[in-house]
Amino acid sequence: MNLRESMKMAIRSIKTNKMRAFLTMLGIIIGVASVIVLVSIGQGSSKSVKDQINGLGTNLLTVNITDTEAVVLTDEMVTELADLQGVSEVSPVVTGRVYAKNGSESAQVSMTGTNAAYSSVKDLELSQGRFLSDLDSELRLKNVVLGSDTAETLFGNGKAVGETFQIGGISYHVVGVLQSKGTSLGSSGDDVIIAPISTAKRALKSMAIGSVYVKAESEDMLTPAMYRIQGTLTSLFPNQSDNYSVSNQEDLMETMSSVSDTMTLMLGGIASISLLVGGIGIMNIMLVSVSERTKEIGIRKAIGADRKSILQQFLLEAVVLSSMGGLAGVVIGIGLAELVSATAGLTISLSFSITALAFLFSLFIGVIFGVFPANKASKLNPIQALRYE
Amino acid sequence: MEEEAHLQAAEWAAEMVANNMAKSLITITNMSKSYELGGETVKALQEISLQINEGDFISIIGPSGSGKSTFMNMIGCLDQPDTGHYLLDNQEVNKLNDNQLAAIRNVKIGFIFQNFNLLGKLTALENTELPLVYRGLGTKERREIAMNCLGKVGLSDRLNHIPSQLSGGQQQRVAIARALAGNPPVLLADEPTGALDSRTSQEVLGMLKELNARGQTIILITHDLEVAKAASRVVRIHDGRLYEDGGVWLESERINEDGNKEYQNQ
Ligand SMILES: Nc1ncnc2c1ncn2[C@@H]1O[C@H](COP(=O)(O)OP(=O)(O)OP(=O)(O)O)[C@@H](O)[C@H]1O
Ligand SMILES: [Mg+2]
Repeated sequence: MNLRESMKMAIRSIKTNKMRAFLTMLGIIIGVASVIVLVSIGQGSSKSVKDQINGLGTNLLTVNITDTEAVVLTDEMVTELADLQGVSEVSPVVTGRVYAKNGSESAQVSMTGTNAAYSSVKDLELSQGRFLSDLDSELRLKNVVLGSDTAETLFGNGKAVGETFQIGGISYHVVGVLQSKGTSLGSSGDDVIIAPISTAKRALKSMAIGSVYVKAESEDMLTPAMYRIQGTLTSLFPNQSDNYSVSNQEDLMETMSSVSDTMTLMLGGIASISLLVGGIGIMNIMLVSVSERTKEIGIRKAIGADRKSILQQFLLEAVVLSSMGGLAGVVIGIGLAELVSATAGLTISLSFSITALAFLFSLFIGVIFGVFPANKASKLNPIQALRYE
Repeated sequence: MEEEAHLQAAEWAAEMVANNMAKSLITITNMSKSYELGGETVKALQEISLQINEGDFISIIGPSGSGKSTFMNMIGCLDQPDTGHYLLDNQEVNKLNDNQLAAIRNVKIGFIFQNFNLLGKLTALENTELPLVYRGLGTKERREIAMNCLGKVGLSDRLNHIPSQLSGGQQQRVAIARALAGNPPVLLADEPTGALDSRTSQEVLGMLKELNARGQTIILITHDLEVAKAASRVVRIHDGRLYEDGGVWLESERINEDGNKEYQNQ
């Protein structure tokens, strides 16, 4: 008997028991759909993180100081780093949280104290006004640039540039507002006040430079610049290499993507388990079906069906069930993922390969869990099967 | 074409029977089968020898438990004997594996069962096609043959009825059409009238007689002497032994004895 015939039989027997077939497929549908939804969310967030890191430019180096008491960077040291060969710009950064107030509006915001180079080092774009200038820093002016969310919180949708607000009873003057950058891994780049470093040190009552962003002259100069910075830091702070680190965007990207890949894998794994459970459901129903249809199997065998034909018929039934479930799961999964991205504002990334993989896995499960019942059917003794009522 | 050839062959065979130089279709020699049940051996068939020629209409008659069904399973290649030889249409059936037996059943045997054994979800036409599906024939070809066979049993107007929409007699006629579809050398009927009333029984028996008249070899298994008499040759099976004197053995009341009980009491 050829495959086409077996296929027809399988579809026919599924059709005669639609409700049961649907319930059997449900396990696979849920499994495939959840694999697609969860993996596309995982990959989406990984992609948006990568995009953001990429958006910072590949020329960026970051010096992170983990112990600001042991490693105290002075302005002279920062200048020394800026003068290194291959380095174009350097931005030391002091960060902390402040309580900003404008009339009745107030917000807990993170303050970044830095220099004028920061905007070009970190590729910032402004929606209003100007960025900080060297003069702001030198004269310790209380001029600040606001992140888009902060501007909205303090000044509503109106114009923020030229307005003033208070931090700890002291007035600050808004000179610019940043363009929105979106959220990545829960930390917003829009909820920020950028102030001249000298001003921020006072406002935050902290002298500690937590990190320094360094822009290399070109991508080719990135590695030499990194080595020079490491060398300089080693001579400035001997035996302190555990308390600071120098990394480039690639390192950061690798760390981030390994984290989000692990997350994606975990989500996919959990969803795959439900696919497996769906497969067991198929096996269960197929076993019931075999014992219900013992008489039919006996008749078919008496008429001349060999083992292969019976095996093929029942195996195909399981495969058709699971692949129909898989197909429905793909459609529902894609729909759900789009819905999630539209309603929850999450970035999703639907990949063809994952969708195809989830579908093929459902097919594979149909084969694996169909073999046992089909084999059982094919081995039935025709005499006993015929006698079965 | 094939049908014509078949009819020709059958005519030729019938001629040979008439000329008393019949060709042997089934040769069974010293066939035995016993069942092991709770440490006790039941000898269901004992040293049975039987020869059936092409074009024969033979009845095998015997009381309940005498071994009829066991014998039918052997003839129908559903089971293998413990000892003995079975030659079917020049083919040695002994020691074949499951798949080879399935192929032989498909080609050489047309089964007709007491309870029809049609597939309840398939139409009359699809049921009739089934042996040809397993033979690997194309849709168009087997549809044609199946319609032809249903025509022969007078059901051309019931092609798309499923068994539950047919009367018992009609169902059995579908079963006969199915048995004929594969154009097998032997029709094997086990109590084909057992589930039918007497009028329908006569109809079915008449149909078998008619098929035989056209050259079809038929083996009819029954415990009913009246039914057995439809055949041109009657053999008797009793306690697993075969006697050739079925035709003259007319004490019909004995046939309804509980042979199994008698057997166990020996
Ligand atoms: N699978 C089996 N296992 C054990 N014993 C069996 C088996 N099949 C048949 N027998 C025994 O073999 C003997 C013959 O049985 P069989 O079914 O051939 O009788 P029968 O002539 O067909 O009877 P009936 O007319 O009632 O159908 C009986 O004694 C029965 O109990
Ligand atoms: Mg019987």
